This record gives sequence, C-alpha cells and structure tokens, in this order.
Amino acid sequence: MIKPLVRPRRKDPLKRTRLPLSPQRVRSRTAHGLTAAAAEGRFALQVCLDCNTVIYPPRDACPSCLSARLPFRDVPRGGRLIAETTVQTSTEQYFRERTPWRVGTVKLDAGPVVVAHLHGDAVEGERVRLELKLDKSGSAVAMALPEKDTENMADDPHLREMICDPKFRRVLITDGRTTVGQAMAKAFSDAGASIVFVGLANPWKPFPGMESLRTIERVEIVPLDVTDTESVTELAEQNGGRIDIVLNTAEHIRAGGVVDRHGLTIAREEIDVRYLGLLRLAQAFGPILRFRGADGVNSAAAFVNLLSVHALMNWPAYGGYSATEAACLSAAQCMRAELRPGGVKVVNVFFGPLDIEWFQTVPPPKVTPAALANAVVRALQHGLEDVFVGDVAEDIRQRLAVNPKALERELAS
Amino acid sequence: MTVDLMSFARAVANGDIRVIDLTQTLSQEFPTIVLPPELGQCAPFRMEEVSRYDERGPAWYWNNISLGEHTGTHFDAPIHWISGKDLPNNAVDTINVAQFIAPAAVIDCSKECAADSDFALTIPFVEQWEARHGKIEPRSWVLLRTDWSKQTYTDFAGLRDDGAHTPGPEPAVVKWFVEQRDVHGFGTETIGTDFGQGQHLNPPYPAHFYMHGKGRFGLQCLTNLDLLPPKGAVIIAAPLKIKQGSGSPLRVLALVAGGHG
Amino acid sequence: MQRKSYEGAVACLPVTIPYRRYSTNSAQWWLGRALHELIKRARLQPKDIDGFAVSSFTVGPDTAVGLTQHFGLSPRWLDHIPFGGASGVVALRKAARAVQAGDADIVACVAGDTNHVDSFRKMLSTFSRFAQDAVYPYGSGGANASFALITKHYMNSYGAKREDFAKICIAQRDNAMSIPHAMMKKKLTLDEYMSARPIADPIHLFDCVMPCAGAEAFFVCREDVAKSLNLPSVRILSTIERHNAFPNDPIQVRGGWELDIGELWSMAGLKPSDVDFVQTYDDYPVISVMQFEDLGFCAKGEGPQFVRSHTLTNDGTFPHNTSGGQLSVGQAGAAGGFLGLVEAMRQLTSQPLGSQVPNANACLVSGFGMINYDRGLSSCAAVLARAA
Repeated sequence: MIKPLVRPRRKDPLKRTRLPLSPQRVRSRTAHGLTAAAAEGRFALQVCLDCNTVIYPPRDACPSCLSARLPFRDVPRGGRLIAETTVQTSTEQYFRERTPWRVGTVKLDAGPVVVAHLHGDAVEGERVRLELKLDKSGSAVAMALPEKDTENMADDPHLREMICDPKFRRVLITDGRTTVGQAMAKAFSDAGASIVFVGLANPWKPFPGMESLRTIERVEIVPLDVTDTESVTELAEQNGGRIDIVLNTAEHIRAGGVVDRHGLTIAREEIDVRYLGLLRLAQAFGPILRFRGADGVNSAAAFVNLLSVHALMNWPAYGGYSATEAACLSAAQCMRAELRPGGVKVVNVFFGPLDIEWFQTVPPPKVTPAALANAVVRALQHGLEDVFVGDVAEDIRQRLAVNPKALERELAS
Repeated sequence: MTVDLMSFARAVANGDIRVIDLTQTLSQEFPTIVLPPELGQCAPFRMEEVSRYDERGPAWYWNNISLGEHTGTHFDAPIHWISGKDLPNNAVDTINVAQFIAPAAVIDCSKECAADSDFALTIPFVEQWEARHGKIEPRSWVLLRTDWSKQTYTDFAGLRDDGAHTPGPEPAVVKWFVEQRDVHGFGTETIGTDFGQGQHLNPPYPAHFYMHGKGRFGLQCLTNLDLLPPKGAVIIAAPLKIKQGSGSPLRVLALVAGGHG
Repeated sequence: MQRKSYEGAVACLPVTIPYRRYSTNSAQWWLGRALHELIKRARLQPKDIDGFAVSSFTVGPDTAVGLTQHFGLSPRWLDHIPFGGASGVVALRKAARAVQAGDADIVACVAGDTNHVDSFRKMLSTFSRFAQDAVYPYGSGGANASFALITKHYMNSYGAKREDFAKICIAQRDNAMSIPHAMMKKKLTLDEYMSARPIADPIHLFDCVMPCAGAEAFFVCREDVAKSLNLPSVRILSTIERHNAFPNDPIQVRGGWELDIGELWSMAGLKPSDVDFVQTYDDYPVISVMQFEDLGFCAKGEGPQFVRSHTLTNDGTFPHNTSGGQLSVGQAGAAGGFLGLVEAMRQLTSQPLGSQVPNANACLVSGFGMINYDRGLSSCAAVLARAA
C-alpha cells in the first residue's frame, strides 16, 4: 500500500539544501544496451540469435552456445518475485541516505533471474512486471512493479527517484504564445503540477489563446524572452529556486533549405530562438536545477527539449530548420552530461510534422499539440530520456537504425 | 555674415539653449515593427555582455549589441523605399551631412489621437495649425506629436487581429508636404512614419512612398515632442555612417531657446 | 577415469599473522610477514622456495608475478589464485600435484589482505563485471544483500529459523574464546544475536563477518621433504573443486559440492561420520548449513534439523569451525579462504591456538566463495588426515 504523496510544505529558507548524490554509474559497454532501452521505455534483454536464449546479466558470449551474436530485443517483462531483502546499511552514501531500500530476485518468464529494485507494492512470492529505469546516475536499473497498477503507484518514493513526475512539481513552460505551449500548460496543470509558470515574450503582441491561458488552473504568466539573455537571467534569478522542470517550447519553424532560402535573417532568427535560446536557458537554469536535484519531494527533475525528429536526419523541405534542430540536439547531449551530477534528466522529445500552421502543407500523419503534450507528460511520469512522438518520428527512428543513407535519400525526394 | 559658434557653445553650456532628448532608450523590451511572417523581420535590440569586471575581462565592462537599421528611435534614408532607390546621395553614408541639422515644425494632434487610434492627419488639419503658427518653413522637419510615446507598449504597438491601429498621415497631406511645403522629412512617435493601417492606403505607406521618393527623410519612435515649441526647435539627427545603409538607430536631439516650455 | 591419489604430498607449517581491524600497511606487507614467518620457522632461505601460490584481493596492481620480484623469490612454479573463500583448498590441490610431479619441491601457499578504512567499499564496487552491472547499483548492500536474498529464500523453502543460524554463530564464538587475535572476543548469547542490528533482512549484525587485515599461509611438499625439515605434516586423502555449478537454479540453494561429493568420500575411503571435525566456509551461517547438506552430513533441506540435533563446539557432537571461523575471528580478505585449512592443520598436528578437538585424526575442510552476480560460484573441499 503506497501512502499518497502530500503536497510538500514550503521549504525553510534557512535550512541547508541536501546535495545530490549518485548510485554507481559505471557499467560495461554491453550493459549500456539496457541504458538505451531504459531511455526509451523499452524492456529489452540480450537474445542469442543462434539459440534464442534470453540472457542476463549482459555479456559478450552466450552462456548456452558461446555465440557472440547477442543483440538486445524487447522481451516479455513478467516474472515472479522469489526472494526479497531490505537493505538497512549500505556502502554507498546515496543509499545510506535512503535506506531502508528493498531489492529482490525476480525469475522472469523469459528465463533469466534479475536482481531488481522493488516497488513498495511488489510482494514476495507474487507476480511482478519489470521495467528498466534510468537511476540518478543515468545508468539503467531494473525495477519490479506489481503486475497490475496499484493505487498511488507513482508516489512510491524509490520509484519517484527514477522518474520525473510533474505531480507536486513546479514547471516552467518557456513560451505560452504557441498552441503547443498552451497545450503543455493544460497538460501539466492536469498532471498535478503545483505551479505552471508560462513564459511570454513581447507582451505587446497579442496572440490567439491569450485569454484562455490565464484561465488554466495554477498557471502563472511570467515575462520570458529566450532571445534576450537579460530576460532569461532575470527569470532564473527570481524564480529559479522554485522551478523543478523546465520545458522549452520556444518555437521557430519555417520551410526552406540552405541553398534556396534566400538570405540569412531567418537562419539568424532560428539560431537565436532555438539554439542560443536553449543555451541561455541552460546557463540560467542549469546550475540551479543541478543544485536542487535532491531537494525533497519537489526536487529539480528535468529539462525537456522539444526537437524535430529531423535533428537526426535533415529534411531538405525544412532544411534550415532541421540544421538548427541538429545543433539543439547536440547541445542537449552536452547538457545531459553537465546536469547528470545533479541527477537531473535532460529529456529529448522528438516529433515529426505537427498539426500547426507552420506545417500546413505537409500531409498527415501529423501530431496535434495536445498529443505532444500528453506524450511529454507521460515521458516524465515514466522517467524516459529519448521519446519519439507520432508515426513519422517513430518511422524515422526505425529507418535510421537500419540504413541512414537510404533515409537521407528518401527525405530529399 | 560671421557666425559666433563659441556663443552657441556657451549658450548650450549655460542653458540659454536647452538640449532635449527626443530618443527612446534602446532596450530589449521596446516594440519593433512586425511584418507578415513570410517576410523578413526587423531585428530587435539585443545585448550580450562581453565582460563585466570578471574573468572574461577583469577591469572592464562592455557589450556586443545586435539590432536592425530600423530598431528603436531611428532615421529612414531615401534608399529605404523603392520610390527613392535610384536617387543620388540616398543612403546614410552619402547624404550631405548638413542635412542632419534642420529646424522642426511640431504639429500637435495628441487630443485627437487619445480619442481615436486611427487618427489620420489631413491637409485641413495642418492648414488650421498654420493659421495659428504660420506657414511651415521650407526644409523643416514636420514632427507629428501624438503623445504615443507615453502609451504602454501594448497600446503603443496597437496590434489587433487586423493589424496595427496607430495614427499617421493621409496620402494627400504627405504629397502636399513635399510638393507645397518642401519639407525636410517627416517624424513620428509611432513605430512607423505611416498610419498603422497604411497598407490599405493609396498609395500604400504614403509617408515612405512620397517622402523617400523625393529624397526626404523619416524619423520614428521619437519621444518628448510635448516639450518642443510648435516652431523654432532645431533638430540634430545624424544617423550612423553605415555603408549603403537604409537608416540607423540614432540620438535625436532638439535645441530649444531657453525659457521656453 | 580414476582420479590419482595424493599419496606422498603433504601440507605442513600452518602460519597465521595476527589480524588487525584496520591497517595502513599494504597487502604486500601482510603477505611478506607470512612468507617471513614460513621461512623463519622452517629455517630456510627465500631461494629455497621454488613454488609460490598467492591469494589476495588488495595486492593490486600486482599479481603473483610482481610479488616474485618484490619478495626476492625465483620459483619454477607460480600461481595466482583469486578464488576468495575457495583459495585455500584450491591452492592445496594444485600445489600437491606440482610436488607429486616434481615440478616443485617446496610450495609456499600464502593468502592475505590489508584493510584500509575504505577498502571494503572500493572492493565491492569493482568486484566483478556482473556485480558492477547488475548488483552493486541495487542498494549497494554488498555481499550482505546478496546473501540476504539467499538466506530468505532458504528460510522460506526449508523452514530454517534465525535461531538455527544463531546456534552456529554462538558455538563458533565459544570455539574462538581462546584465539588471541580474534576480532570478536566475547561470548555471544541468543538474545544478543536475535536483537542485533538488521543489515539486510533477514541478515543481522552477527550473521556478518568483520573485514580486517591479516594473513594465513602453509607449505605443500613431499612427505620426505617435510620430515627433513622437521615439520609435522598432514596427509591429503581427497579433494574436489567446482565452479558455476547449477547455473539454472533460480536462487542458490546448493553449492558445487553436491555434484562431486560422492567422489570426495570414495577417493578418501571414508564416510561423513568418519571425520572428527569439519571446517566450513562461514561467510554467512546459511552457507554453513548448505555445506552440511551438500557435503553429505544430511539431506538437502534437513540442515536446520541437523543443527538443532547437534552441538557444534569443539567438545560437542559435531565440532565445527574449531577456531571460531571468520564469523568470530574476522575475515582478512582472501585469508578467509585459508583460515579453515590452516586451523585444520593445527588440530591434526596437535598444535591448536585455542582448544584441541579430542581424537582429531581426520577432518573435512570446505571452501566457497566468489559471489559474481547472485550466487557464490566457487566451491571446493578436502579430506585431511593426521600423519601416519
């Protein structure tokens, strides 16, 4: 039975902030196959191509037939919890601060035996389902959840360590001017965020949805222009200490390529809004997020980037935009390393064409702002790091994994 | 005639000649003109600190700035508009520098504008002003005092779902300024020299079309016009010497005889 | 194929360098003390040692090779045996074959480790690849957490109670009372055991060994060499060794002994009831209980009943871990894998550090260890007898 989380009281401003610690981060290269699966919310183990044995822990030769052909594949995640223990004392400071900590042995239906973290509702002798999660070190761990969802399941404190649940957290949505930004405000309010800060630039320019934005529960509009260093810095100085999730919705989408889109002013705007905007947010909010990574129930949890899937492979019809998104992706990867010491996740959410005016001529399937918002909330609730939203994004992801060169040609035709 | 410039300098120093700043501070928050999204936009004013007595530069503070030629309080040269593109000496670096100093006639329509953000300046309105203050001298700036610079930024920009609603001149009065009064240029407190709905006039944007078509100049985003006399102020408005520049942000100063309110 | 007997090969000269809780000295220092004691008592020079087997967790970055130069040895037979609790019996059986074949004449078998204040934590986090990838990140409870799972499962499966484990620990503590360097110096009561601080349920404080610094060592040579050095010796009747037995058991309930135990007894020509005392590897009491079962003293699952119906002190019906085992004396790293063997040699040559088991003529020494992922991989055993 999980005790429901209570909205945290206001922090005592005179109390020292607990600094983030990390469980062991080191894994073998092969074991990072689990990290890749955890980042996307998949449950994948090595499966021997030659004898079909499902293998755990990750290794470099099949223990049945010694084959080296051991790719990671999605496997069924059900099993039985056959033994459990509660660690009361640990050699790692991270766990010492968080004992008692339950771990157990799960016998998977798929075959292997997995030592896993236990959710509070996982009962010895009963069936469980395993999930791969990224712990505070950024490496993958297995967690056994009850086979069926239970009440207040996400409020389990050890599960909450692995995810970025918006519930009771304070979110900053950097731009509320767009339909995407407004959909995010609603979705995060519905997901139980205690404050939804919504940034607005150029308040002298009216925009559709302005009035309904103010009616969403727990929304607080704040001035924020991601193209203005002073604006970003000032917001972080005033409110950085009470923002737990930053979601960058600043948008600049224009069609056109590199050779054939005349002039550089649009390119400069793209870079300023998307890439330099990201850098401004990273520099202003990164340090305070990192500092507060272990600061209680509403600790700093995530920095979320909304990225075109064409950051991964340029789409020449929107070639200038794709290139800028690629720059943003690389910067986000750097941020991921820089924020990891705080246990703060950098979440990259990739989407194909959106159902908004800037993709008006693009045929379906397109992702609606509401669908994107729900995907972002779900990703945070599951602690994912790399998220692909919608059919086109998933399609691109699959093609990239098989033959990037073919995809390059296909996108150009 | 001998001109005593030292007396001039002394008069400025001791306040017999007052210097009034007609310039808005260049800042990130100040509205810029907004064009349809398919067209190129004017860059807003932005600053990036290079160093501030810190590890990036221990004993000094300086910024890199970025902005458009038409950001904030700015000067329009004839080359800015299609109607002036082939005139001689039509860019900020080639205009005869003597033209950066000229007297101004200040036409006050602030009361009318307070009631109507679509106020259009007409010939009869100007003739009424001339009846009180005398004809506009040749080669004077005509500055339109609307008190628009005292608005909130939102009302200053005046954007609604059919575009901007800010005061400006009718086509006929601009043509008349140029042909009948030989004006030096046209200056406003609003974002553009033209009426907010200027795209619907005939010709569209007449202040730009006629002024620049005749090699005259524009000033925009002025402030403190309410401190100027209807006639007698001398304006110093010297844009940056940008290679083939269409305009530039600048410091616009008005010299006014002392004791005048 | 019939396994060859160990006739002619003996073990002699049991050496213990007294344990200390923490030491600023290196493992090389501790191993060197043991070697020094060996050659001093045998009245030999380092050059007389022509075989060398070493076991240590903290001797890195050295292995056995670096130690030959460090200690001035020039052996013609060298082995590095990083098998933890199985190191002693494994060193014994490898060295015995070497001296039987004439590949070496005097093999020094040495195990030792230092214990700095952060040794334990550093060792745990890099113990093995599987531990790094699949165990340590899960609460970092170390071997305690891993064996807690094994203990819990054993208790659920066979009805063992904490009181059963208590009996083993209490008897061992009694056996250790006269060992001068034992880390645990007081008697242990059932009350103290049951109310001890939980470490990882169901394992509590007195189920765990105390890591410390120390060293253990002995010689292996031919019988005539031992006689010429005037060293009382011990005969080797049989040995077995097995690694990664039963990989398909979901949780460890048995060690590799179960596979080879018949061979151990038939090669020795003895039955389990013929031995006078037993040294099990006691990293956790549950493993001792498993050894009682897998070594043939009772059937699988009957371990708890076996413990309830015997007394385990040196004067009891089933003398067990006669110097107190690691649970009383402390675990000096890899020396824990030698401890039972060295104590058995003392009992069989009537030169105990503590109390003497009456009529100590034959015994069984068992080794176990190397928890790689979720179970101890290595197991071994030897049946030893007093010299004729």
